[in-house]
Amino acid sequence: MTTTIIDANVTKRFGKKKVLEDVTLTLTNNEIFGLLGPSGSGKTTLVKILCGIDVPTEGHVSVFGKKMPDLELIKRIGYMAQADALYHELTAKENLVFFASISGVKRNKRAERIQQVMKLVDLESDLNTKVETFSGGMKRRLSLAIALLHEPDILVLDEPTVGIDPALRNKIWDTFEILKESGVLIVVTTHVMDEAERCSRLGMVRDGQLIAIGTPDEIKTKTEASTIEQAFLSYGG
Amino acid sequence: MRVLAVVNRILKQFLHDKRTMALMILAPILVLTMLSLVFNGEELELKIGLIDVPSTVYTNMEQENVAFVKLDSDTDVNETLEQEDYDAILAFEQGESKLILEGSDPSINNVIIDNIKSEISPNTTSVSLSVEHLYGSQDLTTFDNIGPVLVGFFIFFFVFLIAGVSFLRERTQGTLERLLASPIKRWELVMGYVIGFGVFTTIQSSIIALYSIYVIDLMMEGSFFYVLIITVMIALSALTLGILLSAFAKNELQMIQFIPLVVVPQFFFAGLFKLETISDYLSWLGPLTPLYYGADALRDVMIRGQGLIEIWTNLVVLGGFSIVFIIMNIFALKKHRSI
Repeated sequence: MTTTIIDANVTKRFGKKKVLEDVTLTLTNNEIFGLLGPSGSGKTTLVKILCGIDVPTEGHVSVFGKKMPDLELIKRIGYMAQADALYHELTAKENLVFFASISGVKRNKRAERIQQVMKLVDLESDLNTKVETFSGGMKRRLSLAIALLHEPDILVLDEPTVGIDPALRNKIWDTFEILKESGVLIVVTTHVMDEAERCSRLGMVRDGQLIAIGTPDEIKTKTEASTIEQAFLSYGG
Repeated sequence: MRVLAVVNRILKQFLHDKRTMALMILAPILVLTMLSLVFNGEELELKIGLIDVPSTVYTNMEQENVAFVKLDSDTDVNETLEQEDYDAILAFEQGESKLILEGSDPSINNVIIDNIKSEISPNTTSVSLSVEHLYGSQDLTTFDNIGPVLVGFFIFFFVFLIAGVSFLRERTQGTLERLLASPIKRWELVMGYVIGFGVFTTIQSSIIALYSIYVIDLMMEGSFFYVLIITVMIALSALTLGILLSAFAKNELQMIQFIPLVVVPQFFFAGLFKLETISDYLSWLGPLTPLYYGADALRDVMIRGQGLIEIWTNLVVLGGFSIVFIIMNIFALKKHRSI
């Protein structure tokens, strides 16, 4: 059954500069919604507004029928920013334990959840290593693991797989698909075209406007392109 | 329990970051030790010139570490002090004695005045001694006097810097955003910081205070317990102010630039100079700075041996500063998340 999870219509200005202009989105459960667009097009601002960190200048965002921002709703969202957002002096495990208790993972489930997410990102053997010794890709994976810790109903991921090798990236996307099947809504921004192909629907963002929205096939048909990459370029990306 | 999670994390970060921990404890100790040696090091070797001193007085003038030199009656006192290495000149004129000090070093001034007074008074009770300074004035202080101020200042300085930088990092490394994308409340985050750093600074303050009093041997008339309370309150105000100002810094360098603006001026108003002698354009700033109250309370206890009755107003004001800063912090975080 498909239900609307996020319903948004937003305009965002920083001073006089318009970053998002009348972007309307309706997102449902069981979908992976990909946001595509050149750097600086407003993707990050949009996802921040969707998960309640930022507020729109005009318009509204409602999640599960309630108006954002709302602390009860924020509990149900897992957010992974472009920055890794880790405490470098601490070990991977200490980071996980901290964010688990902040995001409300029950004490008796913590150890189990930590094992699960670390297995998923293939970092089980580095639990007790300090993050400052991690490579870029490892930090990215740990950051993703933290976003998954509290089993959120909505996952908002800002370029989650930058610096992760193709094999592991594939494995992570398999997990996204499993999560999607279990009813989770995943919003993901990406520059990687084969990832875009795996999204249920895509939104093309340019200069703060949502210029096209549809399944990967619909977008390809509309632009008469054989690949998403060509479609992306034909929209002037 | 989110507050506790933040507290826990901050303490773990300290334990993993040995260098920061060492900086917060060893650096103040090192600087205080150096200062105590600078101020209280070698015995003074004084050279005092004498003009027309009656022989009844002069024959008794003999002291360790003081060289008395007879000068001609027509010596130009000021010129001699300026150009030669005399520390002071004692001149007698028609039964009046006059002591002219070189005056630029307060610790020397006091020693000379005490010396000369004790030399003259047993002999000639009728002679009055007037004291003049070539440079400086009588009110300058010695290490015992500024010691409590320094203890308060260094605690303030290091807590301010490290709390400010670590909260700033929270923002630059993106963890603040991640925290605010979680259900943590703004006050929970601020209180987590206050308590986490509070635990650490209590340990830091006690070590520094213990060291200053028992190793450097600063004058200590009152109770150590009060000193501890005062230093912890100073640390708390530094911590909350540091976190607050970190909201206005873009990077670590800018945080450091706050030191000459925010921390150093407090030092001037903390009793290093008498507030009455500071220009009226500036002196009103004194009562607006936390260190003004902290240093006053430390002096009350350490020098004057006073207790809670004398220091409680200072403690209340210090606590008031911290509470105001905490509330402002909670509001400042609104910039990052409106709820």
